[in-house]
Amino acid sequence: MLKDITIGQYFPGNTLIHKLDPRIKIIIISLFIFSLFFIKSFIPYIFILGFILMVVKISKVPLKFILKGIRPLLFIILITFFINIFMTRGEVLFELGPLTVTKEGLRLGFFMGIRLIFLITGTSLLTLTTSPIALTDGIEKLLTPLKRIGLPAHELAMMMTIALRFIPTLLEETDKIMKAQMARGADFESGNILNRAKNLVPLLVPLFINAFRRADELATAMEARCYRGGDNRTRLNELKLDKKDIGALVSMVVFFGIIVSTRFI
Amino acid sequence: MTIKLNNLTFVYNPNTPFEKKALDDISLEIREGEFIGLIGHTGSGKSTLVQHLNGLIKPTSGNIIVDGVNIVEKDANLKEIRQKVGLVFQYPEHQLFEETVYRDIAFGPKNLGLKDEQVEERVKEAMELVGLDYESLKDRSPFELSGGQKRRVAIAGVLAMKPKVLILDEPTAGLDPRGRDEILGEIQKLYQKENITIVLVSHSMEDIAKLVNRILVMHRGKIQMDDKTREVFKRADELEKMGLGVPQITKLMKILGEREKDIKDTILTVKEAKEEVLKYLRRKKDA
Repeated sequence: MLKDITIGQYFPGNTLIHKLDPRIKIIIISLFIFSLFFIKSFIPYIFILGFILMVVKISKVPLKFILKGIRPLLFIILITFFINIFMTRGEVLFELGPLTVTKEGLRLGFFMGIRLIFLITGTSLLTLTTSPIALTDGIEKLLTPLKRIGLPAHELAMMMTIALRFIPTLLEETDKIMKAQMARGADFESGNILNRAKNLVPLLVPLFINAFRRADELATAMEARCYRGGDNRTRLNELKLDKKDIGALVSMVVFFGIIVSTRFI
Repeated sequence: MTIKLNNLTFVYNPNTPFEKKALDDISLEIREGEFIGLIGHTGSGKSTLVQHLNGLIKPTSGNIIVDGVNIVEKDANLKEIRQKVGLVFQYPEHQLFEETVYRDIAFGPKNLGLKDEQVEERVKEAMELVGLDYESLKDRSPFELSGGQKRRVAIAGVLAMKPKVLILDEPTAGLDPRGRDEILGEIQKLYQKENITIVLVSHSMEDIAKLVNRILVMHRGKIQMDDKTREVFKRADELEKMGLGVPQITKLMKILGEREKDIKDTILTVKEAKEEVLKYLRRKKDA
């Protein structure tokens, strides 16, 4: 059950997409998200779909893997889709009991659905092709200019690294505690919502206690090695932009620039 | 009550790049009254195997028959299976959650739907079995106990279900020598007094040699050896190739046996070794 969660998972590989500088990938993804919500007509979405498929093809991440990431969020996508269809005023197409379907609603619902699906696939492509360490390194570098106005860039990045690092550990631990309580006859799968919530106590209490214990141990271990934040720290692998990074950035800025400009045509 | 495994295979994360075959075509039978030691290198599939025995993991293929019921079937009553086959996980104290020791141990029996009086009786019994004083500890918070006591509370929580087969996954990991001896002593008493079948997963060949009467050796998801304790420890070279070993005293006596032909080289405990050495010295004196 817990293993179905693929958000944030890294899919190891050695392709062009994997090797791109994480900063470039983050910038491209920001452009991607911006244009997703900026464009209003149908045709640019075909190009965006083409862009996604191209990245998938180059990165050699199996398409099945990406579709699996959409599944847990299908519910939210469907709700958004239907709310937009039924709640938008405009030219009435037909009525279903108390619900009216309008032309504008259908259009809007459709767009929102596509946007969400593209949003999820695009961002999961980023995490699938970028190792968590590279990702936080990229974020740290991108945030560095903001240090001058007092933003703790290194600390933020470090917190993210640690959080990402512990996601699999915590999932594993949840799985283990769940099994241990199931071995004592606990039931996590049946009953109404209230009962289910109550049944989670034997899972959540040990999970929290262990998480705090781990945090404490980690802090001690870091302090024992004289960790004291970002000042004057050097790193093993410096991020360096090369030709392919610049090439990717320029072509993507042009690509999304054209897509965004379609709105003004 | 017996547990029978037929051609059990389990694959983690099938059809992904993280695919890993954890169990590979395992067939074996755990008979009533046995005390089995399960040994193997880290990652050999021991923990995965024991989690199959009470239906916590569904096998990729193969059958598990517990007390005549195939628990792989969809309509198998898993709650009943988990009552019959008790499983104590590694570091079981990490699963404690209640406010008092009493309520934590009572969690299992309560899930079985027992009445309050029966639950109380079971908690008392279970605490006694693991050597915890009922009156003074029942209202304490489990989190303020010592490591060894916490672990006993957790083990009592499984014993209170009155399982017919008890599986312990590394019950002594992380304990000091005294805590280890106490827990092992209690496990042995349990086996002798309560007439239950025990499967003990351990890295310590000494503990295994002292306690069990049959050993299963796992290597890369397969059962490599399945025999009486003495027979398994005769194959020291093979065990060492798998990154395992034999008890130190067995090793010592083997070396002695190579020098002096009439010393038995299938010794398992220090006590046995002492007797064998004394016998040898006496024979030498007489000659």
